[in-house]
Amino acid sequence: MTDSSQFITFNPSESKDTRSGFGAALLELGTSHPEVVALCADLTGSLKMGDFKDAHPDRFFQVGIAEANMISMAAGMTIGGKIPFTGTFANFSTGRVYDQIRQSVAYSEKNVKICASHAGLTLGEDGATHQILEDIGMMKMLPNMTVICPADYEQTRQATLAIADIQGPVYLRFGRPKLPVFYKESAPFEIGKAQKLMDGDDVTIIATGYMVWEAIQAGLILREQGIHADVINMHTIKPLDSKAIVESASRTGLVVTAEEHQRWGGLGGSVAQVLAEHHPTPMRMVAVDDRFGESGTPKQLMEKYGLTADVIVARSLELIAQKK
Amino acid sequence: MSTQATPALCSQVRRDIVRMVHAVSSGHPGGSLGCVELLVKLYFDVMKIDAENFSMNGKGEDLFFLSNGHISPVWYSVLSRRGFFPTAELATFRKLNSRVQGHPATEEGLPGIRIASGSLGQGLSVGIGAAETKRLLGEDTWVFTLHGDGELQEGQIWEAAMYAAHNKIDNIISFIDCNGQQIDGSTEDVLSLLDLSAKWSAFGWNVLKCDGHSLDDLDRVIKEAKAARGSGVPCVVLMETVMGKGVDFMEGTHKWHGIAPNDAQLADALSQLEETEGDY
Repeated sequence: MTDSSQFITFNPSESKDTRSGFGAALLELGTSHPEVVALCADLTGSLKMGDFKDAHPDRFFQVGIAEANMISMAAGMTIGGKIPFTGTFANFSTGRVYDQIRQSVAYSEKNVKICASHAGLTLGEDGATHQILEDIGMMKMLPNMTVICPADYEQTRQATLAIADIQGPVYLRFGRPKLPVFYKESAPFEIGKAQKLMDGDDVTIIATGYMVWEAIQAGLILREQGIHADVINMHTIKPLDSKAIVESASRTGLVVTAEEHQRWGGLGGSVAQVLAEHHPTPMRMVAVDDRFGESGTPKQLMEKYGLTADVIVARSLELIAQKK
Repeated sequence: MSTQATPALCSQVRRDIVRMVHAVSSGHPGGSLGCVELLVKLYFDVMKIDAENFSMNGKGEDLFFLSNGHISPVWYSVLSRRGFFPTAELATFRKLNSRVQGHPATEEGLPGIRIASGSLGQGLSVGIGAAETKRLLGEDTWVFTLHGDGELQEGQIWEAAMYAAHNKIDNIISFIDCNGQQIDGSTEDVLSLLDLSAKWSAFGWNVLKCDGHSLDDLDRVIKEAKAARGSGVPCVVLMETVMGKGVDFMEGTHKWHGIAPNDAQLADALSQLEETEGDY
């Protein structure tokens, strides 16, 4: 793995939403990739697809509140060589259209990019109906599907660009709230390759999406206590970078995972499967504990459901204490 | 080998269907038998296709999507008789390690299939998506889709119908196999479709009707549908058919929707269907 400094800055100067990173990249793709088309189910503003729509009205398809039709249409549009990007909330991008994705996209190996905003608890006040916490699990189970959950605005921008250049179905998960933009524009991004953001031999922290920034904060808190954590951003959940997991776990002997998702079926489960088979390692999973969300501000919700740097620190210290 | 749609070719396709489902004691003969004339007409007389050089993208070609994928036997028979793959491969239908899957699929690479179907209600959306791409590519080609009448109970069909009318998709012609039957009984008993013509009209489609077992009437209706290109109105053909057509004991009943004939029933069926092109 490469040195952390090439990826991130620890003192970001601005905050942006990841969905805007998607919107910016989609606009870039409009110019660089004439085959890219975009479909949206009545959430153009929320998905930040407006700039693409204005620049390329002939390549933008408003389908209305009809997500099933959108996904199957996208599959059909690939026949002839187009690269469709669909946009709606994560809930409506997955659970509502699982059968359409399974048959028309994944099984049929169609080059559709399912781009999902407003994932997880950080959607906030809308509450549990919209706060999907099962989408990673649903998508990672599908053969042929690539699953990516970028960490900030810049990485979402990079990931959106990257998925246009791979053949096959992709689920790209991002969110609503603003968070620090800590990735450098120059950071290399490779689908399926984990990124080590901090080096350490005492405990491994593997995070994805919104929880990557919390994992970095946890790494900094632990460092103040003389504990050095290996902090890894697992932006690609499938295909999973098993090598990076085993390499780090074999040095630290302790692994904490962190994700804005149900504990049964998300990143933690995938990491545990890899370790169980290749390098059994004591683990803790920071995730939502088999329950639905509720209304509240993103910050309140992440605190109530235990998705914070402090909880990652606490789980890390537990593991270290057990080891001794 | 036939180069055009004829009743003799239809008879051979019907033999293929009953022999395929009999060989593996599974599959869906009823709906397959009811759509023979349409598929033979499309593939032998109507569609601009390159059977010998199948390409997934199908640029410059007409496309067909079977939304009610369970009637795969008729599609497989017609594809192979048209030269997409050897007719001998029909003998592998529904068997392990075959390209000729129970329901149409792309994973095994069977020429002629561009998307998996079987879970109902998705094919109209797929066809509309393909039609949008054809428009972007500036092609004057056509997209054809086929649906069961029972399949119209799926809500997604009506999402797609609304989209096509609103967006003036007039390079698609969708056929509905109106046999009035579904697995559990008649559509009237299971979930009534009421006035299908009025429904499609209300959704902004041009509604045409035809006798699904008359090659001549299919010829007429397809010409009429094609003439409406440029109108900005999508076209649906309500095709009157008999489930199980051509095998007397299978005709007009839902009971042969998804079961295969035994040896004696096969012999009975084949005695009613002339072998015209050579069995596979």
